[in-house]
Amino acid sequence: MTEGNGAAPNQKAMTIIVTKGSLDWAYPPFILATTAAAMGVNTTMFFTFYGLPLLLKKLDLKISPLGNPAMKMPMAGMHMGMPNWVSAIPGVDSMATSMMKDMIKKKGVASIEELRDMAREADVKLIACQMTMDLFEYKKEDMIDGLELGGAATYMEQALKSDVNLFI
Amino acid sequence: MADKTLDAKGLNCPLPILKTKKMLNDVPSGGTLEVLATDPGSVADMASFCRTTGNQLLESTRDGGVFRFVIKRTA
Repeated sequence: MTEGNGAAPNQKAMTIIVTKGSLDWAYPPFILATTAAAMGVNTTMFFTFYGLPLLLKKLDLKISPLGNPAMKMPMAGMHMGMPNWVSAIPGVDSMATSMMKDMIKKKGVASIEELRDMAREADVKLIACQMTMDLFEYKKEDMIDGLELGGAATYMEQALKSDVNLFI
Repeated sequence: MADKTLDAKGLNCPLPILKTKKMLNDVPSGGTLEVLATDPGSVADMASFCRTTGNQLLESTRDGGVFRFVIKRTA
């Protein structure tokens, strides 16, 4: 991989720190990164903490209504939320995840796998936080190809050269 | 008649833009790409995309639930 952010002189650059790994939170960084890349922005995604599992070869993303007071899903003609205690019932979180995946497919929204492939095709730089990999004992073989490993200084160098820096 | 047509009907953000960008790569400079979409958000998105990338949005119309865009590749 080349050093520096590889941006052409007039090209804009963006970095995104990805810190969350649930199915719902996986969307904002990938949508922004792929769209920015399509619009000519030199884009870097830095995956750390709970964002790191988004780089696993096999994704198994989930959501939970627990502690998510703003989560109100279209059900039976209205928007319904779930009280926290319901998440304690076995199977409820899995059901919520399945329902979310169904809605995503039905409404023609891309899957995270698809968006991730498109990010790679668009040369979005994907950096895995080395510290998080050690901390949570992830192996490089479990991750998709084409990743760089780096730490906070690696991120910082890119961020200092970028026009847009997001923390998601 | 546009050089190429992209049927993005039934696809939601960001797919219409991503697929437009991909297909635009195969359109010769000066050529046109027709995009059909059902995502209402794509109206503003196509305009933003063209303004930012320097491509020209020749047409942005609507026929019932289908939006039609014609983009000229200038870059």
